[in-house]
Amino acid sequence: MTVRVQTEDFDHARELASMRLAGRGDVGAIVSFVGLVRDVNEGDTVNALTLEHYPGMTEKALQAIEDEAKKRWNILESLIIHRVGTLQPQDQIVLVMVSSAHRGEAFKACEFMMDYLKTQAPFWKKEATSQGARWVEAKASDDEASQRWK
Amino acid sequence: MNIKVLYFARIKESVNYSSEEMALPKGVVTVSLLKQYLASRGEAWEKIFTGKQIVRAAINHTLVSDDAEIKGGDEVAFFPPVTGG
Repeated sequence: MTVRVQTEDFDHARELASMRLAGRGDVGAIVSFVGLVRDVNEGDTVNALTLEHYPGMTEKALQAIEDEAKKRWNILESLIIHRVGTLQPQDQIVLVMVSSAHRGEAFKACEFMMDYLKTQAPFWKKEATSQGARWVEAKASDDEASQRWK
Repeated sequence: MNIKVLYFARIKESVNYSSEEMALPKGVVTVSLLKQYLASRGEAWEKIFTGKQIVRAAINHTLVSDDAEIKGGDEVAFFPPVTGG
């Protein structure tokens, strides 16, 4: 169960190898999700995205999401990396990676963790667009995605 | 009885404050009462704390609802709905 909040990029292949070779032979499945910066939002070109967060609360919130996933599913290891600072289109923003004995638990836990992260972890995006800078608004669809795990 | 209050994202920019220490005003015992108190500080504050846009709150790093109690020594944070991921 690991959580990292960082400005620097991450290496998916290295994180996968690290989870795969963590020294336990009971891992049968690893599922991961990588979120990227898109170059368009609400019809406008996005030139850059800046992520602000609440240091101290962010780490606790992400840890709580991992703990909740572990309670619900039989997962073996999990990793959340979330970047902050200014990013460019196609940059990686977030990585969620989960291992379990069988694929079903890892798929569900990974999706759950992303859905919860979207609505519970204190990050805020500000995008620099062709129309000027603006804060990204929270989406009702993210709330709905999170609600279905209740 | 002092508390620390933090502001993030759009709210931080609107009120032009990122954090402050303040004496807990008399009678302010919940998040909603603190919001009311902050709204009385001027136009920008009123717009944020009584406006249509949702303002979320956390006490000591845990998301709370508006009826949550505030005590001396607490760290209270105000921010818009989150948009990470």
